[in-house]
Amino acid sequence: MPPPNDFSREVTLVNEFGLHARSAAKIARIAMGARAGVWVVRDKERADASSTLEVLTLACPRGSRLEFRIEDTADRPVLEALVRLVESGFGE
Amino acid sequence: MKQLANAEVTLKGIGVSPGICTGKAYLVDREGVEVINKYCILEKHLKSEVKRFKSAVQNAKAELRAVIENSPEALQKAQILETHVLLLNDKLLYGRTIETIEKERVNAEWALKTVVTRIKSAFEEMTDAYLKERVSDIVHVSDLVMRNLLGAEAKDLGQIDKRVILVARDLSPAETSQINLERIQGVITDLGGKTSHTGIIARTLEIPAVVGLEVAIRQIANDDLIIVDGTTGTVIIHPSEKTVVEYEGRKVHYERRQAVITRESHLETKTTDGHPYRVMGNIELPEEVVAVINYGGDGIGLYRTEFQYMNRPAFPSENELLESYTDVIEVIAPRPVVIRTLDINGDKALATGSMPTEANPALGLRAIRYCLKRPDVFRTQLRAILRAAAYGDVHLLIPMVSTYFEICEVKRLLDDAAEGLEKDGLPYKRDIPVGAMIEVPSAVIIADLIAEQVDFFSIGTNDLIQYVLAIDRGNRLVAHLYQPLDPAVIRMIKRTVDVARDKGIKVHMCGEMAHTSLYTPLLLGLGLEDLSMNPQAIPAVKRMMRSISLSDARMLIQDVLACKTAKQTFELLRDTYGGLVENHLLEE
Repeated sequence: MPPPNDFSREVTLVNEFGLHARSAAKIARIAMGARAGVWVVRDKERADASSTLEVLTLACPRGSRLEFRIEDTADRPVLEALVRLVESGFGE
Repeated sequence: MKQLANAEVTLKGIGVSPGICTGKAYLVDREGVEVINKYCILEKHLKSEVKRFKSAVQNAKAELRAVIENSPEALQKAQILETHVLLLNDKLLYGRTIETIEKERVNAEWALKTVVTRIKSAFEEMTDAYLKERVSDIVHVSDLVMRNLLGAEAKDLGQIDKRVILVARDLSPAETSQINLERIQGVITDLGGKTSHTGIIARTLEIPAVVGLEVAIRQIANDDLIIVDGTTGTVIIHPSEKTVVEYEGRKVHYERRQAVITRESHLETKTTDGHPYRVMGNIELPEEVVAVINYGGDGIGLYRTEFQYMNRPAFPSENELLESYTDVIEVIAPRPVVIRTLDINGDKALATGSMPTEANPALGLRAIRYCLKRPDVFRTQLRAILRAAAYGDVHLLIPMVSTYFEICEVKRLLDDAAEGLEKDGLPYKRDIPVGAMIEVPSAVIIADLIAEQVDFFSIGTNDLIQYVLAIDRGNRLVAHLYQPLDPAVIRMIKRTVDVARDKGIKVHMCGEMAHTSLYTPLLLGLGLEDLSMNPQAIPAVKRMMRSISLSDARMLIQDVLACKTAKQTFELLRDTYGGLVENHLLEE
């Protein structure tokens, strides 16, 4: 498990259905606001967070551990927003 | 001008699913979406092609937004649409399509189609059912863009109405299952033959289908009015009013008759003098079991197992075979299933390409000859069959038996297979009826010897006729000599049945001869027991059995044996029993 740092944060999926289309779309919408790349990582597989379809291909059920990664510290607010989104169960 | 272009045109193909329908043509390409043309874009036009794609996406987005704004109440649905708006700009879809246009220098429609096909297959491979279903979102979104690109009022294939008839070049098994055939009236294709998957699915759904039309795609345009007659294999483009009325009449007649026959077909079948018979179905794919049940079949009299060996890189595994066999057995249970072992040259079926070709494959290394040469391949199948036998009433049938030795070998290999299964601790049943397919003249001549080793005979008329008369059915110059009613063929059948009766074993027939209802009295008179045929022929044969008496049929045999030619035999049958058969069958 990577140590918490400025470029990455880990979260657990708490919403009932795991990462489905709507939640993936919410992630993508936030990630699209970033200056540089934002990634979702699960079990060594990595997806571009700004692509709903790519995020979906990670096939994350409820309880999955996910890691968000950014490439530029300027995108820290994006990282925080993503963590908040997931921890709040996507506001569902 | 228009009148001229719309003259009535009749196309002839192969009817693979009976019935008649009239409706508008709906052309699909291989993927089951609209026909998309591919063309190259000159370097200097690439920019504007990308722009065309971008504006199509913008338009699609605007359409979605309008829908969202107009449906404030359906909040749930609106959220799905919001997701769709986002998908429109998704990198995998949007970005990749632009990349494809630029790199491959193709038109936007083609680029979008390639990209979507790739994404679709990635999602379809997922194990999660929810994610699998996301394919529909992707398809919906891309259709929206495609419609804007084409500028046409294209329809979603999933939503086409009941009235259309699918027109396609060809439909592979996978493609056929993608298209929601329940929503359509009929199917016609340019390629494909009698045993094509399209036909199987169409028969299961009971919609008319004609394949092998060759020119349908070229001659038919979207929305053309067409009539499909799956019984005769006819397709009529731009039918005149008179033709439409005529076919409506035929359709009503056909459906009424079909309803009566099918209803009766599920009842027990007895001749007028009280002799019960079983009429079973021949199948090739597990899916066809449904048709056998629908048509009132009393079991599977011939389960051809070649399909799983064809067009693939390696031989199927024991578990793969077991799975298909149990699929069939469990659905048809408690009725019996006769599984015929591999009836081709397996090495050739796998299409390895390096096989030496045989000058005379019909007389070559095939069926049991091949299996005994490749005991490894055969053992896998025998093990799968013995394991499947634990789930129902399974019979094993050996094709192309021509010597006594072959049967002995099969029985030895069966014992070996059973011993192996015992060691592996797998459930199986060794004690199943083993039968010999009687289709080679030598097997008829030594039927008395073979009978000592088997529990039943199954007469395969297609090959028997070919070998007895020395006719290559595929050779047009001699095809007319292929006559099921030739006295030589009838005497061969008679000898086989007589030997079986003497030796106290059962005798069935599973060739094409069994499905011609005019021949049914002849077959019963000769002493055949179970008959097995294409599922859709079952009702008519059962109906014939119910209308005749066995004692009359037996008496007829004396006259049949006095006939000197196939023509005389045919005329005798027609004059005696023709009144009980549909007229068009008598036009031979």
